[in-house]
Amino acid sequence: MSVATILLLAQEAGAESSTAVTWFMPGKGVLVVALVVVVVAVLGSILWARAGHSIVVRKIAGLDAVDEAVGRATEMGRPILFVPGIQDMDNIQTVAGITILSKVAKTAAEYDADIEVPNTRSLVMTSAREAVHAAYLSAGRTDSYNPDRIYYVSDEQFAFVAYTSGLMARKRPAACFYFGCFFAESLILAENGNAIGAIQIAGTAETTQLPFFVASCDYTLIGEEFFAASAYLSGEPDQLGTLLGQDMIKAVVWVMIAVVTLVATIAAVTESAGVTQFITNLRVSMGGG
Amino acid sequence: MSRTVAALVASIAGLVMVLTAFVQPLGFLGSAVVDWFNVLAAIAFVLGGANLLKMNLMKISAREAGWGYSAVTLAAFLLTLAVGILKVGVHPDAMHPNVAFSGDKEAVGAPFWWLYEYAMSPITSTLFALLAFYVASAAFRAFRAKNTAAILLLGTAFIVLLGRVYVGVLITSWIPADNAWVAWLRLENLSSIIMSVFNNAGTRAMMIGIAIGVAATSLKILVGLDRSYLGQGD
Repeated sequence: MSVATILLLAQEAGAESSTAVTWFMPGKGVLVVALVVVVVAVLGSILWARAGHSIVVRKIAGLDAVDEAVGRATEMGRPILFVPGIQDMDNIQTVAGITILSKVAKTAAEYDADIEVPNTRSLVMTSAREAVHAAYLSAGRTDSYNPDRIYYVSDEQFAFVAYTSGLMARKRPAACFYFGCFFAESLILAENGNAIGAIQIAGTAETTQLPFFVASCDYTLIGEEFFAASAYLSGEPDQLGTLLGQDMIKAVVWVMIAVVTLVATIAAVTESAGVTQFITNLRVSMGGG
Repeated sequence: MSRTVAALVASIAGLVMVLTAFVQPLGFLGSAVVDWFNVLAAIAFVLGGANLLKMNLMKISAREAGWGYSAVTLAAFLLTLAVGILKVGVHPDAMHPNVAFSGDKEAVGAPFWWLYEYAMSPITSTLFALLAFYVASAAFRAFRAKNTAAILLLGTAFIVLLGRVYVGVLITSWIPADNAWVAWLRLENLSSIIMSVFNNAGTRAMMIGIAIGVAATSLKILVGLDRSYLGQGD
């Protein structure tokens, strides 16, 4: 029995089992497996970290610079600007941005620096206020907390950009943080921040905007670093455990890429219909075309 | 207590969305969660409008730097709101000619449409057009050949840019396009190779990392391990 035949039989068995349970979305079997792998890896790593095992996290220069940026703003007597992206709370990047805001706000409260958070969405404003208030409370500086520093500007992308650019020109913040989901406004904001000489730290998962942030900001958290920021800044075992889980999943992905590349190469070289069909089925079940 | 309830709501809503992605009969639950989010967002929009009014009135009252802009913002906000809500200048539609306010406020020629088309749209386009200058200044800084990495970046960018304009194609047009051994040296082909092989590989690597990061962050929120977005980070 050739390898191709075994692979085909495995595919057919999978197809039969998926039709037996009709209330599951067809073709989502591989995604369920991926979901289980993610859950097991992340939760397992958290338990591992809770058990007291040490987890080493590589240095992320952009996050190490948060204290420096806030300290600089304090010394210069200028405010800190934090922009949590331009999307609503249903976007995970905004949630990650608000998480980082709470850490930056705590540092700002400890340094007694002013933090200004303009928002494009009312729900984000409400959430940001809660996060900053809790940060000031945690730093024992509730008297310094001013909810009017966290406000709504406009849902319109360029209206928000116009306001924030004007704010930068007038108040000249010493430190600018951009953490969240950004689109065309990323470069305008970052270039304005650069023009006023602010120290700038950015993080986003929008790969199309990363080059602009890299060109204009002092530090940029690229992709996954953005989501690791919360764990990195808090240093809590639960949070660090998720980083370990992410690395484990990444290792699984590496192995899968290597194996599938090898199988695809074999299919191309041997022109085997069975292996080619297996690759096609795998691609379709993973949501590919 | 309120934060625990909020975290619980977030967890349940998230779990429902995950389940609806796999279990077909639960689709209605996913739609309900999305509807609830939209209702909340609509209520929050009123909160946002009130906050906009308050902040700008405070700026005008305190004569803060740039208070004039606040006055313009308020005037524009109130005018647009009035024209939209009162359907100023909107004619009843053909189906209901005797019903006032039955027309579409966004119909061509209506004052609300006019405000968008001749005020909002040009301002937005102007701001968007400014990007060209910002790109130029950012590119100038990024492409300065100050070290080996910057020189490589500059060289690669130069090839990609040239390969996408007519003059670039013209420069290497003498290279035979039908000879597979040398055809890749034509700038348009070189540009295409850089974008589809090297750039694509880098982007995909980043996207895999991002996808894993999104999954792990979502899981932390679903199981309530990360509540800092609710103001309970420490």
